Amino acid sequence: MAGRVEGKIAFVTGGGSGMGREHALLMAEEGASIIVSDVNEAGGRETVSMINSKGGQGLFIDFDVASEAAWQSAVNQAVSTFGRVDILVNNAGIFMMKMMADTTEAELDRMLNINVKGVFYGCKHILPAMQKAGGGSIINISSIYGVIGAPAASAYQASKGAVRILTKSVAVEYAPYNIRANSIHPGVIRTPMTRDLMATPDSEKAILASTILRRAAEPREVAYPVLFLASSESSYITGAEIMVDGGYTTV
Amino acid sequence: MAGRVEGKIAFVTGGGSGMGREHALLLAEHGATLIVSDVNEAGGRETVSMINGKGGQGLFIKFDVAKEAEWKGAVDQAMASFGRVDILVNNAGILIMKTTQNTSSEELDRMLDINVKGVFYGCKHILPAMQKAGGGSIVNISSIAGIIGMAGAAAYQAAKGAVRILTKSVAVEYAPFNIRANSIHPGIIRTPMTQDFLVNEKTEKAFLGTTILRRPAEPREVSYPVLFLASGESSYITGAEIVVDGGYTTM
Repeated sequence: MAGRVEGKIAFVTGGGSGMGREHALLMAEEGASIIVSDVNEAGGRETVSMINSKGGQGLFIDFDVASEAAWQSAVNQAVSTFGRVDILVNNAGIFMMKMMADTTEAELDRMLNINVKGVFYGCKHILPAMQKAGGGSIINISSIYGVIGAPAASAYQASKGAVRILTKSVAVEYAPYNIRANSIHPGVIRTPMTRDLMATPDSEKAILASTILRRAAEPREVAYPVLFLASSESSYITGAEIMVDGGYTTV
Repeated sequence: MAGRVEGKIAFVTGGGSGMGREHALLLAEHGATLIVSDVNEAGGRETVSMINGKGGQGLFIKFDVAKEAEWKGAVDQAMASFGRVDILVNNAGILIMKTTQNTSSEELDRMLDINVKGVFYGCKHILPAMQKAGGGSIVNISSIAGIIGMAGAAAYQAAKGAVRILTKSVAVEYAPFNIRANSIHPGIIRTPMTQDFLVNEKTEKAFLGTTILRRPAEPREVSYPVLFLASGESSYITGAEIVVDGGYTTM
């Protein structure tokens, strides 16, 4: 039985660990060929191994999303290997907990380079590859921190708020090319990025205080919404925000 | 291969035509048993025929969602037939295109009775049936008219705005029962409710407004998001708004 993204070519940044790996694995299970990128080469190659060993097809590209030139050549490599790209998941990102007063210019630059420019360049340079496909779906991973305010994450919040609205701009510009663009807003997800935040039962409880489901999510609970947006089942959804947060932004 | 809501008991109001019928048919295709309700008996029975004709199982209950006693009777009947309810799609609703000035008190009452109380009573009275199931998913059909302003549908907007936020209240209250609640916000969908506005290319263009996909949706394009919210794939999504509007609210 055909998978829900059968025969599609999907590009997942930050696919070497955490949520990115799960997005790549699930779409591969549903029939897509996956281009996995990461600056973490060991992790990225491991994700591709996992895909290949389950009978799927994966390609690893080691590049830094903050570099426009690197993006351009990564897309060229994808097109020369697969001829086109149907799905782009801009998942690569960094997290930093610091009060605004303590955030240095260098830290802010790093955050904006990876989390904003990384997504911007991805959306910009994937266009010709998606035009070759006759259309496509772009999924940008924002955060609940791109929606509501929280303490000690101002640089991260700025970057995720940018992703939220940049996505709508892309949705408007790319609609004539049959390309949809949407943002996903994960809440507290159990990944390497949040491990320190949930190191003890008390700290876990504190960070989950506003999550009405009272637990962190497993990465696959974000991967399924990504699959939904990647597939044609969401054909009338563009410029939208999907909160995957156990109700965090609801209260 | 098991459907995505295999073995679930789903209750769809307003299932006799338009989007409601399509939600019922798709959930049935994916393995759910359907309770279809409507005040339109011929339409409701036809939906159940279509379900049975494809090898599924359906039950029609004729009742008026605006009446609390009738909601209670309908849920009792569902329980007597199936023992529990896993999924509730509060889809029944009316549209009245009138400005604030021209809306009579009778029209306002009718709108609030069907579109708000109908959803409220559904959420209220389904609880014991979902507790018997050990959990569940409530999907309330709101509208883009519950998000952005438009001229000439004031009572409808009040009603759909109410549904949007009422859903979050239900999400908070029912989380301890393992019940999720989310709202769907369709844009311009091709159904009997909108056919007068989509009569020719000129009226269609005007009605589509800022829909960046430049076309109305087919009902099934709303049913797939309903299926997604009804199924376990959206297990970390509650209190959220899924906007299915071709980008209307994006601009």
